Amino acid sequence: MSAIISIKNLSKTYEGGFQALKDINLDINKGEIIALLGPNGAGKTTLISSICGIVTPTEGSITIDGFDIEKDYREARAMIGLVPQELTIETFETVNNVLEFSRGLFGKKKDPAHIEKVLKSLSLWDKKDDRLMTLSGGMKRRVLIGKALAHEPEILFLDEPTAGVDVELRKEMWETIRELKESGVTVILTTHYIDEAEKMADRIGVINQGQIILVDEKKALIQKMGEKNLMLHLCEKLAEIPASLSNYNLQLNDDGMQLRYSYDVQQEDTGITGLLEGIEAANINYRDLETKQSSLEEIFVKLVQKQ
Amino acid sequence: MNYRAIEAIYKYEMARTWRTLAQSIVSPVLSTSLYFVVFGSAIGSRMSDIDGISYSAFLVPGLMMLSLLTQSVSNASFGIYFPRFIGTIFELLSAPVSTLEIVLGYVGAAASKSLIVGCIILLTASFFVDMQIMHPFLMLFFLLLTALTFSMLGFIIGIWADNFEKLQVVPLLIITPLTFLGGSFYSINMLPEFWQTVTLFNPVVYLISGFRWSFYEISDVDLWVSLGMTGLFLLICLVGIYWIFKTGYRLKN
Ligand SMILES: Nc1ncnc2c1ncn2[C@@H]1O[C@H](COP(=O)(O)OP(=O)(O)OP(=O)(O)O)[C@@H](O)[C@H]1O
Ligand SMILES: [Mg+2]
Repeated sequence: MSAIISIKNLSKTYEGGFQALKDINLDINKGEIIALLGPNGAGKTTLISSICGIVTPTEGSITIDGFDIEKDYREARAMIGLVPQELTIETFETVNNVLEFSRGLFGKKKDPAHIEKVLKSLSLWDKKDDRLMTLSGGMKRRVLIGKALAHEPEILFLDEPTAGVDVELRKEMWETIRELKESGVTVILTTHYIDEAEKMADRIGVINQGQIILVDEKKALIQKMGEKNLMLHLCEKLAEIPASLSNYNLQLNDDGMQLRYSYDVQQEDTGITGLLEGIEAANINYRDLETKQSSLEEIFVKLVQKQ
Repeated sequence: MNYRAIEAIYKYEMARTWRTLAQSIVSPVLSTSLYFVVFGSAIGSRMSDIDGISYSAFLVPGLMMLSLLTQSVSNASFGIYFPRFIGTIFELLSAPVSTLEIVLGYVGAAASKSLIVGCIILLTASFFVDMQIMHPFLMLFFLLLTALTFSMLGFIIGIWADNFEKLQVVPLLIITPLTFLGGSFYSINMLPEFWQTVTLFNPVVYLISGFRWSFYEISDVDLWVSLGMTGLFLLICLVGIYWIFKTGYRLKN
């Protein structure tokens, strides 16, 4: 696959002297969805802002489809749609007007049919004449997405697009993003939800302290790092883990009401059956059980600590 | 040139004006009427003519300039400060638009609005005073040049300001005094000689003087000096704006 975005030796030091990005090299392929993960302050937003022209890189070069973001900024930027992390939005304008404004700003001819399509796909069509201040937070975020899509970008940046969006809508949004991908749009998103990255992305990049720790195909990555937890919510307080269960990797939480079992999804035998039998034999009653996959960030923190 | 972007910015900014149409028109009409009632009729009736012009008529160009300057500066500074304040500036920075296009959009809209206000004041004044404009085209030219220059100044202030106080300080502490002392309400020749010289350092003097000449062919300084100085301010503001975008001052990190 050919790279549509090519980042070479990118570094960014903010005015105060803080280095937010350190020698980033990354190629993003045409038509893929890539998710950037990393803890707060890792540099995700700084990286996106550098590509979009909001932050001036201290060093390095970025090209979009061969166009340098500084020298050929018109061609480069015309291809990009950006949904920022912060809810930055006007208050008095109507939904329809802000979308038309965005389209005009990118030099595109008026196209009410396209605006209608975008608004409908974001379930905002019935709000098109409403003022932005009358919308809810989740709706405002969708308006921001609509603004980014108003000029039919070939590359879409989504900086935590689903923060503050309800479950139902999140699913709809994933659907929209998938449709965009099918129509050939390259999508770069950041998120703190692993299920989101897992569902959406083809590739995942992990950033920490301004460096890209790894970039890999999603499947490979999740397999490599997958660890799951089984939580047992107990009926009665347990003073300590019985000796009969000592060869399981169990943890009892402070109030003695929850047992946590960590296991590797990769393994043929996860040990769950044996554990549950053992628990029954030990006469421990539980009222509920759940399994939870550790978030990529948790995994990642471990990864960094190991380094 | 991304003409659609200029159009988009311009329209967007003008929409803000139309939304607040009532206050955009009512307040200049009201304040002008007050000036004419107080200075024109009440005090003006006891004032002798200046260079053969009645005091009320003498006031008209000065009052127009007063509004034009404050309106231009406040419209333009607010217009660009607001997106910075709420963060929507990201869109401008990430769009395929050049400095020139952004400035044309914002400054154009701010200047348009103050031109409209200027004309409203002229219309209001015509109900109070008997006057004629001897060089209407020159008058319009001055009006346009001033509106543009001070809208650019406003734009620079809007970029420089990092809080609302700063946004208001310049119009309040600099523009208004300079306009009052720049001969809006009197002829510079009425001042003692020393103060006349001091006044010549006030850029607004040249604007008002030239503008008044286009009405009545009377002026404190030579018409060409006025035109030259107005052009010079325009140039200075242009350089300032060029520098801001070249360096990304207060816009980019
Ligand atoms: N304008 C700025 N000036 C100085 N430092 C900044 C600026 N913007 C960001 N930083 C610093 O750069 C680092 C990276 O910030 P960035 O916003 O890119 O993180 P992020 O990965 O997007 O985090 P989050 O997940 O919280 O959104 C942080 O330490 C932050 O404090
Ligand atoms: Mg961020």
